[in-house]
Amino acid sequence: MRIPPRYSQILAVGLMGAATLLTLLVLVFVVVFVLGKGLPAVNLQFLFGMPRDMGRAGGILPAIVGTVLLPLVAIAIAMPLGVGTAVYLAEYTRETRLTKVLRFGTDCLAGIPSIIFGLFGFIFFVVMLKMGWCLLSGGLTLAIMILPTIIRTSEEAIRAVPNAYREVSFSLGATRWETVLKVVLPNALPGIVTGVMLGVGRSVGETAAVIFTAGSALRLPATMFDSVRTMAVHFYILAREGISAENAYGTAAVLIISILLINLATYGMMHRMLAARTK
Amino acid sequence: MSGDTNSKLVLRDFSVFHGKDHSLRRVSMDVKTNRILGVIGPAGSGKTTFLRALNRLNDLTPEIRTEGTALLDGDDIYGGSYDVVRLRKRVGMLFALPVALPMSIYDNVLYGPRLSGVRDRRRLSEVVERSLTAAFLWDEVKDRLQMSGLRLSGGQQQRLCLARVLAMEELEVILLDEPCSGLDPISTAKIEDALTILKDRYTIILVTNNTKQAARVADETAFFLMGEMVEMGPTGTVFTVPADPRTGEYITGKFG
Amino acid sequence: MKMSGEKAVRFGLMLLAFSSLASLLLIAVFILKEGVPFIIHYGVREFLLGLNWQPHKQEYGIYPMIISSLWVTIGAMLIGAPLGIAGAIFLNEFVPRTVMRIIKPTIELLAGIPSVVYGFIGVMVLAPFIRAYMGGPGLSVLAASVILGIMILPTIISISTDAIGAVPNTYREAALSLGATRWQSVYMVTIKAARSGIVASIILAMGRALGETMAVIMVAGNAVRVPHTPLDSVRTLTANIAMEMGQASGMHRQALFATGVILLCVIMLLNGIAISVVRGGVRRK
Repeated sequence: MRIPPRYSQILAVGLMGAATLLTLLVLVFVVVFVLGKGLPAVNLQFLFGMPRDMGRAGGILPAIVGTVLLPLVAIAIAMPLGVGTAVYLAEYTRETRLTKVLRFGTDCLAGIPSIIFGLFGFIFFVVMLKMGWCLLSGGLTLAIMILPTIIRTSEEAIRAVPNAYREVSFSLGATRWETVLKVVLPNALPGIVTGVMLGVGRSVGETAAVIFTAGSALRLPATMFDSVRTMAVHFYILAREGISAENAYGTAAVLIISILLINLATYGMMHRMLAARTK
Repeated sequence: MSGDTNSKLVLRDFSVFHGKDHSLRRVSMDVKTNRILGVIGPAGSGKTTFLRALNRLNDLTPEIRTEGTALLDGDDIYGGSYDVVRLRKRVGMLFALPVALPMSIYDNVLYGPRLSGVRDRRRLSEVVERSLTAAFLWDEVKDRLQMSGLRLSGGQQQRLCLARVLAMEELEVILLDEPCSGLDPISTAKIEDALTILKDRYTIILVTNNTKQAARVADETAFFLMGEMVEMGPTGTVFTVPADPRTGEYITGKFG
Repeated sequence: MKMSGEKAVRFGLMLLAFSSLASLLLIAVFILKEGVPFIIHYGVREFLLGLNWQPHKQEYGIYPMIISSLWVTIGAMLIGAPLGIAGAIFLNEFVPRTVMRIIKPTIELLAGIPSVVYGFIGVMVLAPFIRAYMGGPGLSVLAASVILGIMILPTIISISTDAIGAVPNTYREAALSLGATRWQSVYMVTIKAARSGIVASIILAMGRALGETMAVIMVAGNAVRVPHTPLDSVRTLTANIAMEMGQASGMHRQALFATGVILLCVIMLLNGIAISVVRGGVRRK
């Protein structure tokens, strides 16, 4: 039996609407559930206190410090590489066999699961280069992991800069590099920052690649060669080893709020920069 | 071989190829110092290609190559050791569509001087005032130099672009690519006025699709058609007694 | 002077541009170097088809893990793909732009929630639910599939939405002008035109599901065995690596890298397919 088009439309749209609603509800549920269970545990002592008894009691200050430092190290390494790559691909070369290979490499790197990054970081940085579980090993591993994101968003942003700006710059006697520095990069900045923030967000939430490279020491790091534990790792250990459900929820709440803030900041920054440009 | 001593630019059998297309065919001409050369011709006649070749903006398009010689003050600008960056500082370009860079009016004007390493604040301010005045824009923007150039009207933006070219200290030649095509009559008049004053200091080549504009401001006029320069001579002669019948037909509006 | 500086800049940037390719090669070399000799030494057949994983007895068969990964991934796709594609179509075609501009970032936020948090919710909410109402241990193929299905939703929605949004409006108008209803124009024209993007989103999501580690460790139960029902507890390839890496050494560690080699190969294959699907789609247009 054939369903008349009008009814099939109502049926299809209804089903798809329900699917969309379900998706949104799941998001809301995850956030509300974690915040509801976790926020009661969060107070100043929890945020700025040192953990006691493996995290069963006390605060999560070392994990917060680790969560701030590790992405910073990763960005400091990945940003020059990624933006430099994007500038090269967009400004300094035409589409050749070489750029196709480079792009293919970036695409492949983007698809590698984080556990493989963890394995690689462990065997290469931790074991072979004898750096041990530390901030630098973890930062380098994460840098490789977020590199494709930064390359892609930066290249897209650079290509979106109107060609007329480049022509004007050249016609006023600028070299290509001067044009990149003075015209292209400033105008591509919102896009580049977005890519970097996406990378930060991924680093903050990452566990598998971090736990095997940065370790999980619950101390404040003094140097790049000290092990750190991020909030995501701390949460995982508390939850997985059944150390403290209460503190696990608390850590998860802080983690989710941080990630929401990072995302909001990304949007805010993009809008402010876009507004400033047309002012 | 080369023209007489008061020729700023000398072209001999100068051709531009765009891939397999021969977009500019063996042009030979002398552009005299401190004069305005008007270049007229229908769309696709090679006017813009010609203009962009003179400060080597065509370098940015990889499939473009040139043949023949183009001399600026006797030096081949396509010579192997010629400094392109220096060339572009001496030969400025104003595009058909005004492109204010997304920065303040002040920074727009100073884009060139800063590239040349001028840092002194007082000197920079002087350059801004002098250039904007010469482009007939100073009075309109002097109180809001820190405003973004993008917020100016189209006509103001084009004058800002002119000021930006004039701010370059080594400037000798100004190339204008249909600079008034998108502008209202008043802005057009201001640009034309500026040009007639500026020719005392610079050599100007004005590509225009408006033959009347060429008649108003150009000392000499060249007529381009399908990549060839049909003729070139004093504006009065070209407009009243053209050597080639096609020139007359174009000017009187029979085609193009 | 200046031009030679330009050349130096170009050369420097070109070196930077090799960073991602170099990283990829480095990763491949080191994973393969640790894993491949083991596979050859232990025997490809014994490694891939062996039923027993007992490192203390020097037995390293990963067949149960391969099957488990397969089940969990397929389960995740069965849940995530229909929901995600339906959501993408709905958002693009039947929702006003202004609403879409709020919902799409919200869903992309879903992608930012760490996998460990999803895993924990699986443990605290989903597993008890399954145990109580469907039986079994709760931590199971089903639980892992549901959690992974949710986790891949943003990937599918985000890429599919872009693909559908890129379909020219003239296509839709042509269909509508021929008397099609909105829905007919969607499934006869829009989906066909956006097909390659949608397929790519599914394949990429599959790669993510297969590669996901921490959430799976938490909800799949981790028993090494070939599952018979979706309610069985299983251990995936990724979980196997992550759980034992901490205390493994010697042969055992090599066996884990060998597991990584298999995982890497399958995911590279999936990515290769996704990339060629996208390229093919672009070429057709």
